[in-house]
Amino acid sequence: MSTIPAAGPTASPSVTKRRRKVDGVSIASFAALIVTTFLMLLPLFFMVSTSLKSKKELLRFPPTFLPDSWQWSNYKEIFETLNFGQMYMNSLIIGILTVVGTLLSSALAAYGFARYRGKGSNFWFMLMLSTMMLPYPAIMIPQFILFSKLNWLDTFLPLIVPAFFGSAYNIFLLRQFFSTLPDELFDAGRIDGCSEFRMWRQIALPLSGPALATVAIFAFIYSWNDLLTPVLYLSSSDKFTLPVGMSSFTSSRFRIPPWHLLMVASVLAMLPIVALFAVAQKRFVEGIVLTGIK
Amino acid sequence: MTHRESRRQTFYMYLFISPWILGFLVFALYPILSSLYYSFTDYDIIHPPKFVGLANYTEMFHNDLFWKSVVVTVRYTFISVPIQLLLALGFALLLNQKIPFRGFFRTAMYFPSMVSGVAMSLLWYWIFNPSIGLFNYVLSWFGIKGPAWLMSPDYALYALMIMSFWAAGSGMILFLAGLQGVPSSLVEAAKLDGAGRFRIFLNVTLPMISPVLLFQLIMGVIDSFQVFTQAYVMTQGGPNYSTWFYVYNLYTSAFKEYRAGYSSALAWVLLIVVMLFTALIMKFSNRYVHYEGGGRK
Repeated sequence: MSTIPAAGPTASPSVTKRRRKVDGVSIASFAALIVTTFLMLLPLFFMVSTSLKSKKELLRFPPTFLPDSWQWSNYKEIFETLNFGQMYMNSLIIGILTVVGTLLSSALAAYGFARYRGKGSNFWFMLMLSTMMLPYPAIMIPQFILFSKLNWLDTFLPLIVPAFFGSAYNIFLLRQFFSTLPDELFDAGRIDGCSEFRMWRQIALPLSGPALATVAIFAFIYSWNDLLTPVLYLSSSDKFTLPVGMSSFTSSRFRIPPWHLLMVASVLAMLPIVALFAVAQKRFVEGIVLTGIK
Repeated sequence: MTHRESRRQTFYMYLFISPWILGFLVFALYPILSSLYYSFTDYDIIHPPKFVGLANYTEMFHNDLFWKSVVVTVRYTFISVPIQLLLALGFALLLNQKIPFRGFFRTAMYFPSMVSGVAMSLLWYWIFNPSIGLFNYVLSWFGIKGPAWLMSPDYALYALMIMSFWAAGSGMILFLAGLQGVPSSLVEAAKLDGAGRFRIFLNVTLPMISPVLLFQLIMGVIDSFQVFTQAYVMTQGGPNYSTWFYVYNLYTSAFKEYRAGYSSALAWVLLIVVMLFTALIMKFSNRYVHYEGGGRK
């Protein structure tokens, strides 16, 4: 192709949209890409392969990349020996309830911020944004004392209940989305005698599927991966979430931690996230871009 | 807007945001204020708090573990956050070209970010095993004899930094989005003026994505001031306190030693530092960060 820039609308948003001649720099960068990708995938590959090794093969040096004999039974053993099923269920229950609470409360608050200009709305909105910067460790001690006074220690409540009161990131994300909905829709609803709450439920929510999905995914991931909060509140092992249970395996309970089983746990813990990514890759990217949550 | 309409709007706004306001008061404002109060008391959670004035703060400044935790956290932040950003930006630049299998590469780079903190910590604990771990084995291909990593006071913190680079993929996604927002007309114009690749990057691309860079810098610093999982799962702050992170120190003094007063003082120092840092980066960046459509707001 010539070097004359193409006129008219650009087909692709990428910077280098025209086919460039293959030169040294592109070959070098492609090689760099292959090397980094290899380095990024190697630990993952090792995680999966370790999860299929026998206890004996685990301790061999140099480490084998593929198991000599594939121990699929590891994936059964973990449910029998480490109370893994219970922890998985606990994490799922907490995750799902957190998602429900976050969706309800954040969508309500976001709607309030997006559709109404009341006295003090700027003040509350700025305040809400500023809580994004609030480090959890800075407030965890009084929260802990509060929940212990309520007799909520060693229950799931401290992990679930706060989600029902909204979280800044999600309110912000949904508020941005609700603001883009055309006013005419709501005017029409009002003329038809729709109550404000019904407009939220029957106009705003149904039109916001993608944004709600993004919020749901990230609320779930956050809850699923969180370690600090459940470590503070859950003390009996039948209440442990996955992160708490998995981190307890490295402690004194085992002289040598069963690494093959821990890798099984890691693989299984990753599955829901990978599944979400597979079905909703676009929502993932959107969520990362809009909120910077990682 | 009529008076009545404005009252109606105010009413519904507060009605809709009331759950959040309630949550803010109970789960954020009350904890912040009461931890300020606790920070001036001697409090073991069981007996009522006893007012001690500034004693917790003066103790903090004479406490070796406090300073150790500050040094560890600051070192980790100052080394790992810039490198993470550079890696994420580098990946994004590589992937923002027309190359074969772009989707595959992008997913592969992002994939490690889907591993949870605990699973990642367990995996790398195993990889960093000094005698039979994968990391030192790979190093041995290049004739390097790796150190004891997590078992060594000199290397444990570096091991955690290396692990953090593995999750640079989510930052890459943010940069990719930023890069795709760079108007191609600008790039084409620069090309016509004879600018090389490096100049285009420096004078066009970088200014255009500087808001993304700033945002990631702030979030990266705030996140790394709060490192806990790695210290809890992999090193328990050791060996010899070489990974004694600030929040791990806070956690131990609050929930292992039951010193709620002293830890509340620690919490307040963290809160103030995070706020100061955010303000500082915002202020400093005004000069360098380009916002489309002129200055901020």
